[in-house]
Amino acid sequence: MPHKTFFAFILPSLIAMVLFIALPIVSVVVQSFHVEHGRILVQVESCQPFGGCTTETRVDTAAMAELREEQPMGRFNGFGTYLNRGHLAVDEIGAILANNNGIGDIVTRIYNLPLYKALAFTLVFCFVVTPIAMALGFVIALAVNTVPKMVKGPVIFFSLLPMIITPLIGSLILYWMIQPNGIIGANLRVLFDDPTLSLRQSPLLTWLSLLFYGVWTNAPFSFVVFYAGLQTVPADTLESAMIDGASRWERIRYVVIPHLAPLATFVALVQLMDNFRVFEPIVGFSAEANATSLSWLIFNDLSGDAQLFGSAGATSVITIIGVIILLSPVLVRTWREFNHKVV
Amino acid sequence: MSDTAVSQRRPLGLNIIIIGFLVVWVVLAAFPFLWTVWGSFKVEPDFFSRQNWINAITGPFTQRQTGSAFTGDGYYGAWVTREFWRAVANTAIVTVSVTVISLTLGTLGGYALARSGQRYAFWILIAALVFRAMPHITLVSGYLLPFFELNIWGVLPTSIIVLVAINQPFTLWMLHSFFLSIPKDLDESAMVDGCSRFEAFRRVIIPVMWPGVVTTGLFSFLLAYNDFAVTSMLLSSDNQTMVPKISSFLGSVQEQGNVMFAVAAVVSATVPLFILVLFFQRQIVSGLTAGAVKG
Repeated sequence: MPHKTFFAFILPSLIAMVLFIALPIVSVVVQSFHVEHGRILVQVESCQPFGGCTTETRVDTAAMAELREEQPMGRFNGFGTYLNRGHLAVDEIGAILANNNGIGDIVTRIYNLPLYKALAFTLVFCFVVTPIAMALGFVIALAVNTVPKMVKGPVIFFSLLPMIITPLIGSLILYWMIQPNGIIGANLRVLFDDPTLSLRQSPLLTWLSLLFYGVWTNAPFSFVVFYAGLQTVPADTLESAMIDGASRWERIRYVVIPHLAPLATFVALVQLMDNFRVFEPIVGFSAEANATSLSWLIFNDLSGDAQLFGSAGATSVITIIGVIILLSPVLVRTWREFNHKVV
Repeated sequence: MSDTAVSQRRPLGLNIIIIGFLVVWVVLAAFPFLWTVWGSFKVEPDFFSRQNWINAITGPFTQRQTGSAFTGDGYYGAWVTREFWRAVANTAIVTVSVTVISLTLGTLGGYALARSGQRYAFWILIAALVFRAMPHITLVSGYLLPFFELNIWGVLPTSIIVLVAINQPFTLWMLHSFFLSIPKDLDESAMVDGCSRFEAFRRVIIPVMWPGVVTTGLFSFLLAYNDFAVTSMLLSSDNQTMVPKISSFLGSVQEQGNVMFAVAAVVSATVPLFILVLFFQRQIVSGLTAGAVKG
């Protein structure tokens, strides 16, 4: 296809992506180097007829409005925002490392810094939910593959629901059920014989319920992909494995799983990408006291009354770097494969 | 898999385990929805019962307060008192526009990517993959300030355009792999017969592309429908779509003691998705797997 025709076809889509994905990334980077203007203070002398004169300090709103008009981004701050307590907290970490009571103390104190707390939950969510959801999806796929055709349709229908549901709505639905006065919460109290049990109060239980939600909503995707993959497992290989005396488990282990391995890489990639931006369940579960994520931090900076663009920008840049690190193995591999093909 | 041969030899115990496992999974997947739909017709002391969760099934408070076992008060409160219908209308506008625009741009772009063997086509696809991985909220933090400055914050068209752009990487990948499955000879022979590239696309490709477009369209629809990060930050409270509206319900509603408005709104927002899966189950499944097998 000639270059001109190619670009004629792809231009609208390219413009949309450049304007609303590439440029915002640049804008985020620029923002992260700026910080809100400080308050401009003026000394005002107020004199009363009999009381003499007093000077007081006031915020000069007119001057501030003018300054904001001139420089809407705020003043330049370099890497200041990146290094402060709300982000990489370099000084605090230095202090913790210099003066502490052992590893446990270091971990708890670093965990109390907002960015590291969010990063911890984000990574745990990514790397716990993804493998469990994939394993569960695989088992469901194996099970569905054995049932009669009549049953398959309805099972697939119900299995798709947790995946297709709006994340915020799905997490609300589960949250209402696990509340102490919801059906699961109430029964857990009876089960553990603990009338004060509340999934919201303990950080561990909050994490567990969020991870449960993650598996619930991620498993269907793996299930569908693996189920489709199972249909393409060569029957000859299975049969010859059977003749060679392979047990049911050995057939799965040595024939089915190797056949599905490429699909598994794909599923893992997609789910890691999606889980890294975990955000809605934290809002839905109102879990911000015990679990935050990188996306939630950005949302929190932006949605307050004072919108902290600088702070949100810095967290965004750190998040983007995280995404690129996460993607890098795939990118390198794709690049190698492509070069291989061309040569 | 040689289904019959394998299943005949499966021992009974294994069969029972399989059936039991599937029953547990289906209950796990479906029960939360059924429970919430059922509960949305009750009053709050029943659905969020402090005494006994059985109340949510029998509904003694609902009986006492409204005189019957089921009540539509939550729905009335959400749709009429709190004007949820506005959010529904906004969602309809946003999702339909996003789907139509992304498909239009995506089919053109995806077709070009599939037919061009050039190096830059590959790079565009890789860039799209990276863009696809960007958390939406990081992009939103880049939009806000410029949109305030340009004075286009808060209105529906802005959100629509942003969602279209966010959706492009996925649409391009999906349609690119779909167009790869349409044989090249088809449009090339049309061009030998004297069509220009665009005419070939219009006369030959458009008539055969609908299955791929429908599947991709479903996922574009879902992205726009399920979005929370973009619409909650970029829309003013008058223009909110369903999902941010529900989230703003939560803040105000819990204090006033009408959580049931939120429950009713949540159920209302789930219904379209239910219908979607009911009618397009096959396309959704094939879309997921097409991305997996070829992408």
